[in-house]
Amino acid sequence: MSVYPYLVAGVLFVAGLYGVVTSRSYVHLGLCLTVTQSSTYVALVSVGYLRNGQAPITQGKTPGKPFVDPIVQAMTLTDVVVSVAVLALVLSLALLAHRTHGTADPDRMRQMKG
Amino acid sequence: MTLVHRRLSFFVPAAVLLTGVLAWGLAGMPSFGLPHSDYARYITAHAAGQRHVSNIVSSVVFDYRGWDTAGEELMMFAAVMGTALLLRDDRDDRDEERRRPTDATTSDAVRTVRAGAVALTLLVGLWTVAFGYLTPGGGFQGGVVAASAALLTWVGGSYRRLRAVTPTTMVDATEGLAAVGFLAVGLLGLVAAGSYLQNVLPLGTPGTLTSTGTIAVLNAATGLEIAAAFVLIFREFLEEHVETLPAREEP
Repeated sequence: MSVYPYLVAGVLFVAGLYGVVTSRSYVHLGLCLTVTQSSTYVALVSVGYLRNGQAPITQGKTPGKPFVDPIVQAMTLTDVVVSVAVLALVLSLALLAHRTHGTADPDRMRQMKG
Repeated sequence: MTLVHRRLSFFVPAAVLLTGVLAWGLAGMPSFGLPHSDYARYITAHAAGQRHVSNIVSSVVFDYRGWDTAGEELMMFAAVMGTALLLRDDRDDRDEERRRPTDATTSDAVRTVRAGAVALTLLVGLWTVAFGYLTPGGGFQGGVVAASAALLTWVGGSYRRLRAVTPTTMVDATEGLAAVGFLAVGLLGLVAAGSYLQNVLPLGTPGTLTSTGTIAVLNAATGLEIAAAFVLIFREFLEEHVETLPAREEP
């Protein structure tokens, strides 16, 4: 039971990579990259979890219960937001690739010149 | 053999190897649900006393690990600037005015719901930012919520009003200045207190909006930057959509 969350993170990581490798479109590739990235959130939040813990907010806390790790939560929350902006950058690259080459498929693009 | 098959024949052995390394690494992780590092214990024990916050996560984001957040802010800035540079440079502005949706009369019901939804979303966003270091929330989360109010304006059928309330110059300037503001507050700490992002402002009564010194300023700057960044992204992709609309005949 105690390795289960890490297992989920591992499966998400490899599944995302599989998607990247077999991708037929840059849009799909960008989304698969997001899946890979999400696996790190699962891993981080799992590291910070504490059995019988409570959210790290002192106002209205239950006395006697320990706080879960706030550091990994901080890392996760900032990165969730930033990753969306990075996805927007990837999507705009996909858009430009489609405009210049008429396709967003990496394989078909390679066969074209310039 | 297609390209995908060829790539898979490389990927499958690599993935097996990677899974092994991953499993090895994850096996060395702290057991799930058991007490954790000294660092986390130190921060949960001292954050409320040292920084007068009640949401400890915010004190990590804007103080203890503020340096990491400065990095995230720069990543955000770079990603958004990249998007804007790529899309703006390539856009064909000819006939753009004739492509823009006219916002022809919508029903009163749509208008009323739109006004209510936009106002409510903006309020929730600002509220999430403002109380970020007291209750769950903060600049990152609240900024995204506030920015989605702009998108709701368009969803509610008013493309032209969205353009009117989010002029490109204002959004660009807000995005850049808020990022600079974050870094400047850090430099202030370096000059006045000897280390980057060190608190230099007086701490107030815990549990109030003025309680946390620099955390409040950094939180607001982040909220502003994130909101502007997302409005900018929405606007750029929306302009791309407008590009695909047919141009109207001149009357």
